[in-house]
Amino acid sequence: MTAGPLTYVYAVARHSVALAQATHAVEGVTGSPVHLVPPARDSALVAVASPVPEDDFREAALRRHLEDLAWLEALARAHHHVVEATAAHSTVLPLRLATVYLDDDRVRAMLDDRHDLLLGTLEQLDGHVELGVKIYLDVASGTAPASAPAPDPTLSPGRAYLRHRRAEQDIRDAARQAAEEAAGRIEAIARTHAVQRARHRIQEGELATGPGTNVSNDAYLVPAAHADAFRIEATHATDGLTGVHVDVTGPWAPYSFATLPDPDEDAP
Amino acid sequence: MNPPDAVPARSGDPLPQRQVALIDLLDRLLSGGVVLTGDLVLSIADIDLVRISLRALIVSVSERNPAPWPGAGPGGPTGTP
Repeated sequence: MTAGPLTYVYAVARHSVALAQATHAVEGVTGSPVHLVPPARDSALVAVASPVPEDDFREAALRRHLEDLAWLEALARAHHHVVEATAAHSTVLPLRLATVYLDDDRVRAMLDDRHDLLLGTLEQLDGHVELGVKIYLDVASGTAPASAPAPDPTLSPGRAYLRHRRAEQDIRDAARQAAEEAAGRIEAIARTHAVQRARHRIQEGELATGPGTNVSNDAYLVPAAHADAFRIEATHATDGLTGVHVDVTGPWAPYSFATLPDPDEDAP
Repeated sequence: MNPPDAVPARSGDPLPQRQVALIDLLDRLLSGGVVLTGDLVLSIADIDLVRISLRALIVSVSERNPAPWPGAGPGGPTGTP
C-alpha cells in the first residue's frame, strides 16, 4: 500500500527560464526534485513545489513529526534551501513552513484565486532583501560579570555580598542603557536604509545562539542597493558602547515581510 | 559599480554561505512567510501547535526577560521605522 504524494509548496515567484533552470536541479524536503507549478490561467506567477509522501505530511503525521526537533530542523533547512535557490534568480515570496496541498491542481487553483494579491506583494518586495539585527547584553543575567570589582576584604561577608550584588546590578543597568543607545542608532540607520521593520520574539531557550542575552530581534526590509551599507552601519552600532553587542544576519529572502493584504479589506 | 576590493572582507564578517542559525530560521519560517488558507492539507493553526510544542526550546518575551525599552515586543511588520 503506497500513499500518493502530496504537493509541498515553498514559495511563489515570477516564472523565468533562469528560474526553471535553477530550480531544476534543486532537491526538496524529502530529496524529491523541485518543480514549478504554473497557474491555470495565463500569468507570470509560478509556485515552487515538490512532491512529499502522504505518510509523512498528512496532518496527523506532520504534527507528530514537527514535535521532533531534528525532523523540524531538516524540514526548515530544506525549505530554506529551496527558497534561497529561488531567490537567487527571482524575487521570491516564501510561504509559511509546511504549506501542503493535495496535488498540483490545488496549487494551480490557489495561484488563480490569489493571483492579484500574490503579484502585488511580489512587486512590493522586488529589489529588496531582509536583514536581521539582534542586540545582546554581554552580561548574562544571574552570572557574575568578569568586570565586577573584587570583594573588599575589610567588609563583613554580608556587606561584601550586597556590595557585589550592587556592582553587578550597576553593570547590568549600564549594559541595558547601552542597548537602548544601540537600538536608537539602529533606528536611525533604518530610517536611512530600510523601508519596513518586523519584530521577532526575543531569542532565549536552548536554541538561542548567544553569547549574551538577546534583548531585541528585528528584521528590516532593505533595498538591495542599501544592503551593504545597512549591514556595515548596523554592525558598528555598538562601537564605543560597553556590555552590548549586535549580530546582523542575512541577507535573507523576505520571509518576515511576506504577508498578503487581507482580501476582505479595501486596499489603501 | 564598486571595484572588487572597495570593501575589503574582514575576517569577522559572516560569510553568506555560513549555515544559518536554526533559531533565526525558525523565527522566519514559523512566524513569517505567506499564510495561505483554503484547500490545504495542513492548516496554519497546526503550525501554531508546533510553537506550543517547542515552548521549552523557543520561548517568547516573558516577565523574566522583558524587553529593555518600550515597544520592543513581538509583532508583525510595523511600517517605516
